[in-house]
Amino acid sequence: MTHPVDPDNESTYAAVEFPSSLEEAKKPEADILRELRRCGYDNDVIFAIKLTLEESLTNAVKHGNRCDPTKRVAVRYAITPEKACFIIRDEGPGFDPDQIPDPTTPDRIAVPSGRGILLMRAYMDRVEFRDNGREVFFMKRRECCR
Amino acid sequence: MSEQRSHIMIRRADGVFVVDFADRKILDELVISEISEELTALISQHSGIRLLLNFEHVEHMTSAALGMLITLRQKVQEAGGTLKLAGIIPQIYEVFKITRLNHVFEIHDNQSGALAAFG
Repeated sequence: MTHPVDPDNESTYAAVEFPSSLEEAKKPEADILRELRRCGYDNDVIFAIKLTLEESLTNAVKHGNRCDPTKRVAVRYAITPEKACFIIRDEGPGFDPDQIPDPTTPDRIAVPSGRGILLMRAYMDRVEFRDNGREVFFMKRRECCR
Repeated sequence: MSEQRSHIMIRRADGVFVVDFADRKILDELVISEISEELTALISQHSGIRLLLNFEHVEHMTSAALGMLITLRQKVQEAGGTLKLAGIIPQIYEVFKITRLNHVFEIHDNQSGALAAFG
């Protein structure tokens, strides 16, 4: 990261944007993981952030932008030794996260899809869906309580 | 008998097909799709298959890989077979616990324990 960032001030977040493809979605990850290690995040916390990042970027590309290459996904983030915050935004029609069924109920447990948001909420300290689901904010503290 | 494929290696041990994953991360949807196709073909060729997926080299996976496992479990059941998982590291086992899939799959600490459980 080349400029100071403040997780509590979203205007300072580092920003990267890419077209809607799962291949492109992998690209921001290397820089983010490097910054997490530099700030002293341990392997368990990095695992949690990496998984949440994968789930949210996949959601943005596949379910948000429906893999439309003319639409883009924007990633903004701020990583400090205290906490890491991320904002993922797509250009899709949005969705109501409260309408996503619980994938752990007996009638849904054998359904192959629909676990991404459950995992994000389980691993992060805070997850907020904004703008009718087109944007998701998530935060993880470095000192993990799990 | 051993057969090297793109993302998995399949071998026979005590009448069980043991599948080792070549990649440490099972993330990429295309990779997941290819693994699924290879294992679906294996299941369809062996009625009553005894299948063990050995995760001991896998360090990371996402919900897309969980979806693949659920689909494979269904196919094994339809083929009258048995599916077991083994060698899952604690970080990934936590993913199974959060999604409660630890109650859906038969999961063993290691390959030898799983093979013994096949009987």
